Amino acid sequence: MQKRSLLLDMVLVSDPRLLCVVRAAVERLTEVTGFTPPECRSITRAVDEAVANVIRHAYGGQPDRRIDLSCKRITAAVNGEQREGLEIQLLDKGLPFDRSKLTARSLDEVKPGGLGLHFIRDSMDIMEHRQVKGVNRLRLVKYLSADGSGPEHQGE
Amino acid sequence: MQIAARRLDQVTIFDITGHIDLANSPELRKALLKELRETKTPRVILNLTGVRYIDSSGVASLVEGLKAARDEGLRFILYGLSPAAREVLQLSRLIKIFDVVDDEQQALA
Repeated sequence: MQKRSLLLDMVLVSDPRLLCVVRAAVERLTEVTGFTPPECRSITRAVDEAVANVIRHAYGGQPDRRIDLSCKRITAAVNGEQREGLEIQLLDKGLPFDRSKLTARSLDEVKPGGLGLHFIRDSMDIMEHRQVKGVNRLRLVKYLSADGSGPEHQGE
Repeated sequence: MQIAARRLDQVTIFDITGHIDLANSPELRKALLKELRETKTPRVILNLTGVRYIDSSGVASLVEGLKAARDEGLRFILYGLSPAAREVLQLSRLIKIFDVVDDEQQALA
């Protein structure tokens, strides 16, 4: 069973100039949630790329559409172990997500574009997308390590 | 993001500061492609010392700059990568395709 408690709720318009506001808020939030500095940067990058994808693809660059961003602290059972983490949810009413793009492009290709999805997948433990009644919902989850600090980046 | 250009003999150095993201990467792309495709400066150097953040659209602009340089037979060099910028280029596995040096002296050598 999962427990959730709301940490941050934001409504913004799809103006790329607001991406820096999103990054600032999410980075501070990840810091106070207990992630390591590399994890904070990584989660912030994932959310930035996800919001940029909504602006570019779901809303086709229209700068005045609504995006809802919420962040919750969650406790969930992972492989039989209770883990704490951060759940980020993005809602938009733009074009449906193109499922053919769910597979990030090969990193062996040297070409511009297509990296955002790779950055998101690389950063987060869970990435789920669905569309219900015209609303796109992207759910991202990153778990804290068992001892409350990043296992891979101790001391950084 | 702010871009300032220093033009020396056969070399242009772009001093870039701030965050490169979807809001301003088209501006970076435009500046790079103009310098490489129109002015055809033999060596274009990007000073990224002041860049604190770069997203996938910024990386895409750098890749386009690199491709334009290769097409025109010009040099395209990056220096002063912050940990955040280096992290993104490593994550995209594109760092190996760029000519990355530590400082301006090496870029001009």
